[in-house]
Amino acid sequence: MTTKLDIPFQLVDPLGEATGAELPKLSNDELRELFVHMQRVRTVDARMLKLQRAGRVGFVGATVGQEASMIGTAAPLRDSDWLWSGLREGGAALMRGLPLGEYIAQMYCNAFDTAKGRQMCNHFQHKGSNYPSWSSVIGTQIPHGVGAAFAAKKQGKDEVHTIYFGDGATSSNGFHSGMTFAAVWKAPCVFVCIHNGWAISVPSAAQTAARKWTDKGIAYGVPAAEVDGNDVLACYGAMEAALERARAGEGPTLLIVKTYRMMGHSSSDDPSVYRDEEEVAPWKERDPVERFAKFLEGRGILAPGEAAGIEKEITQETDSEIHKQEAAPGMPLRSLVEDVYSEVPRHLMTQYNSFIETVERHGEAQKGDGAFPL
Amino acid sequence: MAIQTLIGAVNDGLRTAMRADESVLMFGEDVGLKGGVFLATGGLQEEFGKERCFDTPLSEDGIIGAAIGMAMNGMKPIAEIQFQDFIFPAFDQIVSEAAKLRYRSGGQYTAPMVIRTPYGGGIRGGLYHSQSGEAYFCHTPGMKVVIPSTPYDAKGLLLASIADPDPVLFMEPKALYRSVKGEVPEDYYTVDLSTTRTVLEGEDVTVFCYGAMVPVVEKAAAQAAEKGISVHVVDLRTLLPLDEDGVIEAAKKTGRVVTVTEAPRFCGYAGEISAIVAENAIEYMEAPVLRVTGFDTPFPNTLEHHYLPDARRVIDAIEKVYSF
Repeated sequence: MTTKLDIPFQLVDPLGEATGAELPKLSNDELRELFVHMQRVRTVDARMLKLQRAGRVGFVGATVGQEASMIGTAAPLRDSDWLWSGLREGGAALMRGLPLGEYIAQMYCNAFDTAKGRQMCNHFQHKGSNYPSWSSVIGTQIPHGVGAAFAAKKQGKDEVHTIYFGDGATSSNGFHSGMTFAAVWKAPCVFVCIHNGWAISVPSAAQTAARKWTDKGIAYGVPAAEVDGNDVLACYGAMEAALERARAGEGPTLLIVKTYRMMGHSSSDDPSVYRDEEEVAPWKERDPVERFAKFLEGRGILAPGEAAGIEKEITQETDSEIHKQEAAPGMPLRSLVEDVYSEVPRHLMTQYNSFIETVERHGEAQKGDGAFPL
Repeated sequence: MAIQTLIGAVNDGLRTAMRADESVLMFGEDVGLKGGVFLATGGLQEEFGKERCFDTPLSEDGIIGAAIGMAMNGMKPIAEIQFQDFIFPAFDQIVSEAAKLRYRSGGQYTAPMVIRTPYGGGIRGGLYHSQSGEAYFCHTPGMKVVIPSTPYDAKGLLLASIADPDPVLFMEPKALYRSVKGEVPEDYYTVDLSTTRTVLEGEDVTVFCYGAMVPVVEKAAAQAAEKGISVHVVDLRTLLPLDEDGVIEAAKKTGRVVTVTEAPRFCGYAGEISAIVAENAIEYMEAPVLRVTGFDTPFPNTLEHHYLPDARRVIDAIEKVYSF
């Protein structure tokens, strides 16, 4: 069993220059498209943070600095492949087909949200592009992705299951059991560790005493490679190689995607309490969006100033969707007891009926909120 | 119809389901060639191959986590947890994931799966091969919890659980695996979930029970009958979602209620039955609503026969509510 993969760490350096290693075979249009997706992640994030500060949405887990890691790794997936989200992959879902309106509805947790406002913000899902939401419990999605990959193999489906998680999650049960099962089963999956340096306030150095993060693959028999997560093309190339292994029946790969969480864990977190801003400074120079813009400008794929135009267009599109979400109707109250089981069981109808009696007495019930017939 | 043991009926149910539906998979620890530590899966790998009945790495968290993923992607997994006592590493996967998936995704994703696990005392298994932990899972909206007490119900409830669109924890009373026998149809049939079974019609006292406590209560009822007390015995069969109407009706019938579980008492299932009776039928009650349960202690080894409710303790409770 090979435990190392021949994957170059970097294809484009922080100044936007190609390092000389072979680049993914992408047309100029495809390269430009990658940039647009990265810019969309950044712009939408910024807009969501403003909404949060204005008190319109409750919580934002910004992805600033990690745009290349998600877009680069998710771009080579086929439509039939699955992306098991670990936290900050909502932008990848947008690229793969999650409508922006649904994304924002999830941030509002409103009646237009496909998850019916049952999860807090930043827990996106999109069945149409095989993107289940994460739960909030760290690492639990890892064995799910492995089981689903195993099921795909059994049914002869053309699917690779890509399983995303952060560096903190490598300490979880789910990582251990997921890696173990996937390797024993040779499941068609890719473990994508978005190593952004932090699990809320705990630095990655406090998660493991392993010499290198790729060493984590060795004991499981899972080949591992580390890639520059701020280099979108390196991410793309690494993922292509891992997907190819999975499709060829060679089993799982672990990718350590090294990046940095530029902001706090979420809008509720102040990183200045636990981290030195000096640590952040060098990462600003490695900014993935600016780096890729320089690379594209250097090749004439992006005209100087074009990036600003793209940003403006995305902002307008986002604002128009926000406008629609602001007008969402109230959440139907029956949603309280629906989807717990395939059918609302009698004891939940009874509980709801007792509740709605109180609500109706206070004149707060809307049409359709009425009691279940028993 | 053949006469079968309860474990024979479980095996028959699994075989029937796997013959009927290719997407049904049976896996866990030692369930393959060995056929499980109690032989519930005996012969399944021989008939269906390693592709459909197989051993997994030794990780309950992994077994249930992977089962959820399989269920989300078109398979019908049946995961065995070797002893219910070993289920706790997978508690997170059951409680946070399987049980909540439908709800949290607004019905977009579901995990139709069955977790089979032997539970309960009576085999001299000590703390970690004897527990009756149903209450943990009955406190988990989104789960279904099923416990059979007869071979007929074991096969019929298992097949209904496998056909169910929601995750089901199917707890098998290991004390009854080979001690009860009964007629079991050879073909496919189901017993509806969320229905109680009247074990014995009676007029004076109602006793609710399930799993391994059913034969204990039957014995107590027979002895009570000799003393002139007519006992109405109800096997709850599905603990979640419970057939509450069936419980309320049976409680009203006699106005005297005892619930018997082998699990610890505090915050246990018997307490829930008492609460349902109190909330819905207090005006029918002629006596305090009693519980006969295991102790609020870890499960003992040498003294397990005193920990587990026996017919004598059940009769004492029956007489107490009868003579109140």
